[in-house]
Amino acid sequence: MIEIDYIYPEIFLILSLLILLVLGVFKKNSYDLIKKITTICFLICIPIVYLNNINDLVIFKNSYAVDSLSNYLKILILISTTFSLIFTGDYIKIQKLDKFEYPLLILSAVIGMFLMVSSNDLIGLYLGIELQSLSLYVLASIDRESEKSTESGVKYFVLGALSSGLFLYGCSILYGFTGSTNYYIISESLKISTNIPILFGIIFVIIGLAFKISAVPFHMWSPDVYQGSPTSVTSFFALAPKIAGLGAIIRILYICFENIYLEWKAVIIFISIASMLLGAFAAIGQTNLKRLMAYSSISHIGYVLASLTTNTKDGVISAISYLNIYIIMMISSFACILLFRRKNIYFENINDLSGLSKNHPVVAFCFAATLFSLAGIPPLAGFFAKFYVFKSVIEANMIYLAIIGLIASVISAFYYLRIVKIMYFDDQKNKFDDVETLGIKFSILVSSLIILFYFISPSFILEFVEVASKIIN
Amino acid sequence: MNLPILSILIFLPLIGVFFLIFTKGSEEFIIKTSFRVSLITSVLTFFISIFLWINFDSSTTSFQFVQEKKWIKDFINYKVGIDGISLVFILLTTLIVPICIISTINSVKLRIKEFLISLLLMETLMLGVFCSLDLFIFFLFFEAGLIPMFIIIGIWGGEKRVYSAFKFFLYTLFGSVFMLIAIIFIFYEYGTLDVTKLLILDIDKNYQNYLWLGFFASFAVKTPMWPFHTWLPDAHVEAPTSGSVILAAILLKMAGYGFIRFSIGLFPHACLYFAPLIFILSIIAIIYTSLVALMQKDMKKLIAYSSVAHMGFVTLGIFVFNGNGLAGSIFQMFSHGIISAALFLCVGVVYDRMHSRKILDYGGIVNKMPKFSALFLIFILASIGLPGTSGFIGEFLILLGVFKYNYFVALLAALGVILSACYGLWLYKRVVFGKITNSKINDLVDLNNKELLVLTSLVLLTLILGIYPNIILDTVSVSTDNIIYIFNEKTNIKMTFND
Repeated sequence: MIEIDYIYPEIFLILSLLILLVLGVFKKNSYDLIKKITTICFLICIPIVYLNNINDLVIFKNSYAVDSLSNYLKILILISTTFSLIFTGDYIKIQKLDKFEYPLLILSAVIGMFLMVSSNDLIGLYLGIELQSLSLYVLASIDRESEKSTESGVKYFVLGALSSGLFLYGCSILYGFTGSTNYYIISESLKISTNIPILFGIIFVIIGLAFKISAVPFHMWSPDVYQGSPTSVTSFFALAPKIAGLGAIIRILYICFENIYLEWKAVIIFISIASMLLGAFAAIGQTNLKRLMAYSSISHIGYVLASLTTNTKDGVISAISYLNIYIIMMISSFACILLFRRKNIYFENINDLSGLSKNHPVVAFCFAATLFSLAGIPPLAGFFAKFYVFKSVIEANMIYLAIIGLIASVISAFYYLRIVKIMYFDDQKNKFDDVETLGIKFSILVSSLIILFYFISPSFILEFVEVASKIIN
Repeated sequence: MNLPILSILIFLPLIGVFFLIFTKGSEEFIIKTSFRVSLITSVLTFFISIFLWINFDSSTTSFQFVQEKKWIKDFINYKVGIDGISLVFILLTTLIVPICIISTINSVKLRIKEFLISLLLMETLMLGVFCSLDLFIFFLFFEAGLIPMFIIIGIWGGEKRVYSAFKFFLYTLFGSVFMLIAIIFIFYEYGTLDVTKLLILDIDKNYQNYLWLGFFASFAVKTPMWPFHTWLPDAHVEAPTSGSVILAAILLKMAGYGFIRFSIGLFPHACLYFAPLIFILSIIAIIYTSLVALMQKDMKKLIAYSSVAHMGFVTLGIFVFNGNGLAGSIFQMFSHGIISAALFLCVGVVYDRMHSRKILDYGGIVNKMPKFSALFLIFILASIGLPGTSGFIGEFLILLGVFKYNYFVALLAALGVILSACYGLWLYKRVVFGKITNSKINDLVDLNNKELLVLTSLVLLTLILGIYPNIILDTVSVSTDNIIYIFNEKTNIKMTFND
């Protein structure tokens, strides 16, 4: 039973989930305690995952990969989840969402994500996806009194179930033709022969995953869910599930489907272009910040996918480093969004921000820096992320993709600028409440410092990612 | 010399920015200290650039004060260095910024600290553009200027400020995007972004045209060339005086510098191929925008359009590929930097008193502001290109260069000189002479000491440069000759190869 040594992180999280569940049931009003313990569990889990990174292994009869890539993504998931727990403290209290299930659902979603990024088998992947998604459905509708939250939960559930169905259908086709659900075996048999039905299977699998990362044309759920869910939940949606989904996509495309690159390339290129353009155009008309962020994350996913179309190691590296910087920018923007509160009412409309720069210069500055970075203006972090992506895309001889992507980024610059304009150029409104909580200040400070001073050492993230993606050939 | 003098020059204004960020206290204290701190840093930067000038060896073609450091592993180095051309632009930048800061005190009323921060930030970025010897670094500095400029126009501008800030931002961003693609492509093909290496390299003729267009997209918007110029009048009109000065005096020059350094240096074949296009656009810019300037009712807009016309001369001079044209263009950019800055400052002076930029609201100022009128006249004449002022030298050299290349183009360009006399003198006549029709003019006060100091020093500069242009021309001549030499070499070799 040596192999079990390699899944200590998962075991640790599952045990803590079970223990905390029991604790939550027996202890009254245990939200605070459980949230603290969950956060600590995540923090403890980071070194456990890190120390796990001894050599790249695929365990349990080649169905579960414990390698540098999965460990890297797991650490990223843990860090981003910790942040999303830290900076949502106030919001959850004020909106009366302080039920002990809340951190536990996040914990179980994280376990699902661990499965997703590690699994080397379609069944394992499916289980991971379901564990994650079911937790997320419940999280989306955790605000029981709010009509919108409930609606978004139901919507997410129905569409999510549909996409899971498609995914399973794709898996079954692949199983039928290759005789296995294991990535290695599928990859080997795809090398020998492909036919049209197998392509259907591949496309269904990709659709199922594209839904999870809300890539166009499977993005319909995300604006509604982002807007309807409580902001704390939205911030979580924007962070960890994207990492897990992209981790799964990278593993599927680059290990399971590595021999049929030309077949999936066209699909991913289409999804990527559609995401970049739709994200850019659809966000122009939005006035709700959360909805706008949904479209913005759709277009960012498009950029990540663009660099995945290259089928090179550089492509993977740039995709993961883009994802990294995207996570930092999202942490910063959602932490800022959670600050827009007056007398315990949260404001989500972009017009509510008018004159923010006079009332709260620091917050406005951080938010503006984040927005410029999202738009990809040098010398902020977002620019370097885009630069890596376009560099790898051009090196793969797909200049048209780079041109489309850059034009989309100019268009999307417009709506980011609009928010900056409202904050800086418009008339002053009433002050928002001052926030004393340390968590939210810390999150904003850390993330915007990274965004602002990333240019001092732009290969900082690249070096980590390079080590992480050494398993990709 | 081991001291990284160029890096100190580039990042010195940033130190000022840090001081400014942390100044706290009462309103008055903040205004006073931030004004002082920024003035001190900018003057220090000016002294450093003078020091550079003194230590600069104008007899060699190689880049000087070079500093190189690994930055992004394997592919991008932080590399700075200057030759004569960069030095001229550095001098212009460090000279204009203190003037801007002095003029700020009158024209900017709210959030002075933030304004000065943006101004110093701009200075760092612009100096970075002129010093960088790596295409990526160049792009970084070139693009990063968008943010502070967006903020300057958007916060401290006039009524339509938001519109013009957006227009400025999106136009320039759209242009630069193509440059970014071209830069990445160059890296992909040739494995380096080091300018000194790329300048020696012969870039494949098949790619040159596309790459040239990529760079052109960005530079044409920033120059601005007709028909990409429409952001400029809007941005100028709505920017505060010192914003306009920065915009006209230095920001526009970044593109001219880019044309000289990169378009000619890297893509000589494409330059030859596209030269007619540039000529047509420049001629249209000169004649058409001069005519447009003639019809303007707004003083700032008039000067903005005249800037487009003058930059038309510059692009014309660059793309005739001979020493006269190139030196003339650089000189013209320097002198236009000073003259347009002075003209915007003049408009700023009367705007601060009257709060109107409409030409119709003025008339008969000479009765109340004699000193101002005299100085204003000199700048108008310099802008027209009267012999004895710096404007003349630049235009003359450019026309000389163009004449060598093509008589007809030179003829058309010379028309622009006449037109500039028309709009310049007519503007002066309507604003300064005539009867006083607006009762507000009776209350006007002549220049105060600060304004007088700024404007007279600029007048002196224009006259000195007009009488003894070798101050600038000596500095650049070796570098321009070198550029032309390399250009001819590259194109000739290819020609014989093809034959």
